[in-house]
Amino acid sequence: METVQVDVAVVGGGPAGLAAAWKAREAGAERVMLVERDFELGGILQQCIHPGFGLRYFKEELTGPEYAERFIARIREAGIEVKLNTMVLEIIPSGAPSVAPECALMCVNRQDGVLSIRAKAVVLAMGCRERTRGAIAIPGERPAGIYTAGTAQRLINMEGLMPGRQVVILGSGDIGLIMARRLTLEGAEVKAVVEIMPRPGGLERNLVQCLHDFDIPLLLRHTVVEVHGRQRVEGVTIAAVDENSKPVAGTEQFIACDTLLLSVGLIPEVELCRGAGIEIHPVTGGPVVNEWRQTSMPSIFACGNLLHVHDLVDNVTREAEIAGREAARYSRGELRAKPEAIAMVPGRNVRYVVPQFISAWGEEEVQVYFRVVETEEDVYVVAKLGEQLVARKRQMRVQPPEMVSLRLRPQAMVESLRKLVELKGISAKDLVCRIEVEPHGQN
Amino acid sequence: MAKTETKAVICVACPLGCHVQVTMEGGRPVKALGAQCRKGLEYATQEIQDPVRVLATTVPVTGGILPLLPVRTEGPVPRRMLRACMLALAQCRVQAPVRAGQVILENVAGTGVRVIASRDLPRLSSGL
Amino acid sequence: MSLGRNEVVDLQPLVKEADVVIVGAGVVGCAIARELSRYDLEVVLVDRESDVGSGASKANSAIVHTGFDAHPGTLESQLVVKANWLFDDLARELDVPFKRVGALLVAVTEEEKEKLDQLKATGEANGVHDLKIIGRDELLAWEPAVNPSALGALWIPRESLTCPFTLTIAYAENAIANGVKLLLETEVEEIMVARGEVRGVRTNRGTINCRWVINAGGLYSDRLAQQAGLADFRVTPRKGEFWVLDKAVRLVEHIILPVPTPISKGILVTPTIDGNTLMGPTADNIEDKEERAVTAAGLAKVLEGARKLVPGIHPSQAIAQFAGVRAAGNAPDYLVGPVANLKGFINACNIRSTGVTSSPAVAQLVAEVLAEQGVSLQPKPSFNPYRQGIQRFAELSWSERAALINKDPAYGRVVCRCETVTEAEVVAALHRNPPARTLDGIKRRTRAGMGRCQGGFCTPRVVQIMAREMGVAPTSLTKKGSGSELFVGASKCLLTEQPKKETIGKATPASAGSPLSDYHSAHYRQGTLASKEVG
Repeated sequence: METVQVDVAVVGGGPAGLAAAWKAREAGAERVMLVERDFELGGILQQCIHPGFGLRYFKEELTGPEYAERFIARIREAGIEVKLNTMVLEIIPSGAPSVAPECALMCVNRQDGVLSIRAKAVVLAMGCRERTRGAIAIPGERPAGIYTAGTAQRLINMEGLMPGRQVVILGSGDIGLIMARRLTLEGAEVKAVVEIMPRPGGLERNLVQCLHDFDIPLLLRHTVVEVHGRQRVEGVTIAAVDENSKPVAGTEQFIACDTLLLSVGLIPEVELCRGAGIEIHPVTGGPVVNEWRQTSMPSIFACGNLLHVHDLVDNVTREAEIAGREAARYSRGELRAKPEAIAMVPGRNVRYVVPQFISAWGEEEVQVYFRVVETEEDVYVVAKLGEQLVARKRQMRVQPPEMVSLRLRPQAMVESLRKLVELKGISAKDLVCRIEVEPHGQN
Repeated sequence: MAKTETKAVICVACPLGCHVQVTMEGGRPVKALGAQCRKGLEYATQEIQDPVRVLATTVPVTGGILPLLPVRTEGPVPRRMLRACMLALAQCRVQAPVRAGQVILENVAGTGVRVIASRDLPRLSSGL
Repeated sequence: MSLGRNEVVDLQPLVKEADVVIVGAGVVGCAIARELSRYDLEVVLVDRESDVGSGASKANSAIVHTGFDAHPGTLESQLVVKANWLFDDLARELDVPFKRVGALLVAVTEEEKEKLDQLKATGEANGVHDLKIIGRDELLAWEPAVNPSALGALWIPRESLTCPFTLTIAYAENAIANGVKLLLETEVEEIMVARGEVRGVRTNRGTINCRWVINAGGLYSDRLAQQAGLADFRVTPRKGEFWVLDKAVRLVEHIILPVPTPISKGILVTPTIDGNTLMGPTADNIEDKEERAVTAAGLAKVLEGARKLVPGIHPSQAIAQFAGVRAAGNAPDYLVGPVANLKGFINACNIRSTGVTSSPAVAQLVAEVLAEQGVSLQPKPSFNPYRQGIQRFAELSWSERAALINKDPAYGRVVCRCETVTEAEVVAALHRNPPARTLDGIKRRTRAGMGRCQGGFCTPRVVQIMAREMGVAPTSLTKKGSGSELFVGASKCLLTEQPKKETIGKATPASAGSPLSDYHSAHYRQGTLASKEVG
């Protein structure tokens, strides 16, 4: 068995892993190793051949491969060691008797066989996987021709294989919408995009460019209730759903198709985290982290879609840079989690908040990210420590497909904190900071 | 006096997706409201007259590590020309290696727009 | 027994002469084939599907029963009770996963609790003597996830778990290694008879002359049985729907059974041998022998039944649902043995829901019947009862893994992340005999695609390996045989083909007219994609 010693090891060579590895090196980590299971870096970006990436980060519009290429170049220039075709099968956190004081990543590949990467700090960036038919229990036969949208995207854009010619897409998330356009451009007929919710799941721009442009019908409050065809899909039955998302009898219609594409949600790929004993958040499905993206295992950091499913790759990059920078600091012994962490909790119209904890009061500005439950126009997004308002910003519109962010300024926080702790005698460990959406005109 | 009407356009220039109201007079846009930036106004007026899109697709490549090369138009092409561009590009064949930014087609389907590679595509090392 | 790389195992040429033709390569047919391969006989095993175990054998609860609840005095009871004891040796010889986890038959109501004594008595009448009734406290100590209002349980220690795919494939592999010929995609259409004796079978691929036909046709066994004089015998498929839960949710360690009603054995919750949780089945008689649809009503019923036993089950834990069919005929008991009007015809059918368990005992009985009928069973000195399964990377220690990759680097490439299946295992599955020829065949032999992402990650990778090893274009690959093509063609095929309306469900012939056809044939055949590396 091979063993290598590094300062920071990054698991996953997609957008999060690329940014984390580059930033860790920038922040002074001597030896950084990036582990990727595929034959090249870039992750899912390599199959996202459409434009729309980088507007915020690079201030220009790039395709997925172009966005990846910029970071791959940075990785190359920074002298980061890359292990391709390498799968991490187990993470042994630091403190375990066999590896203390470092973490060990147990990997396999063809060249090294079993490789044990000993790292002072680890950044996890494994991304997410797609929910499947089984996760939502679609009734019917089990023929060929049922693909998740991301798998179909890889097949069409990278493997050179066309999964079908008449397609129904279940789910109007961004990948579903983008695949509706992609399939249409490639000559397939997308008969409908079916969405169980009363509103589309993807970004507005994708509705316009992917559906409206090609006159593809979007059926809201509908779902697939049966798959037909024993060998290959021959059609699906769809039906309207009631307010509890249950199909309404009598509304069934048959759509002939040879392919059903599923875009029904993404789930952080946390199996390695579970094995390492990292605490997982019930709503995001990803690890619980503080503002440094440090997990419940202090030497292990997490970022990207592993942490929570992002809307834009630009946001993934920003977050991964934090994780990479702090992992580098941790590897030098400059960073330890502080015990007096303050919980960031979702309030009115907020589904979840990342990071879930903040420990660095008074030192740095912290940007928190969250998703709303319902669309609202003209609102304030606010942060409250106890009853103290510590941050507020006005926003024209908030909607579930888009992440919302709020900047917490250290001065405001420290001042409020002091009042609560010193004047009201509240223990710091009992403090929670509530993030919520308020209609404009309240207060 | 020319007839005035208002058309709603959702801007796709960036992820914000602004809802822009364009006032038309005699079939020409004269005013646009609701965009959060200048790009949005430009987009909205263009969208009403002749919508344009950047086309991203793939072309078959021989001798590369992958069977397909992702490409895109260097600038936007009229939306009505997307299908013609796809058909033109399906006939294309590229030889690996390819560099990102390399021009694949000079004037796709007579639009006057160039098609460029959006990634590096190395040759397959076996030398096939 | 693995073949060289790039050597393709194709359909075996039709055999013209045999002593025995076994119709149906399900678990029972394969078990009989393996049993008969001990003797100096020309045995041919035929099946209409593209792989063994494609019918009832592939979709069931995967339990090796004790027979405690069988109807006493029946052949089924006798064979199931006997077979359970055969499994320890059988699993060792054939390298089949087998685990004696035991079952708890849980009583939730007073009325159910009163039935436990009677069930214990039935079990003892069947010769199952190791049953025990346990109280509520003991039950909940053993299985904390069981319904806390349960009142007690019947403990059936030898109820066991196996993998029905592996069992069926292992029988077939061992049978073939010992000389049996397997003919897939070969459908027996008629038995040829002369003077009241079997003379052969006519198949869709030609005629096989033989003196003995064994009817292990499962769902389709009634067609042959009718020809052999059992005019009234009908097999009605009885569909059972199941849920499979994520491995991350480990709810129970034992098989949890409900108290049966006069109509149904009810819905059980069990761990699988691979660590998932399985719940089901329903029991609905259906008309169509090919139907395998899961239904909203059926799945809801399973969920309700399962939650009565294990309330913590939630549909969000699910990774798959499937339906299987039991080959339930209208005869009151197993039909294993000769028929009155046709010499040389031997039934091994109406095995209903207990075939996985009873298969070794049915096979032994068929051999005895043949001997009684005058077949000379000369033991073959060359018979080797042992079969080695595909080495499962996921189950090895780190040092074993290192050694294996050192020997074959393809073990160093994980192609299925959920189940940790490597390229080497997929390659092995393609070169064993019988070989995997479909995506489902790979899945059943290696577990690639059986995990929580249900093939989302591994499908493109497995397709590459299959195309390379089988020497075909990936566009010709199927999920489960002809008509289940995975792709309609290479990318661009819909832009470059002549405009025409295709019938739904009919895939275009491989790579017709696409500019990518050259790429796929050249690259996949030369095996270059799997080993591509970028510096």
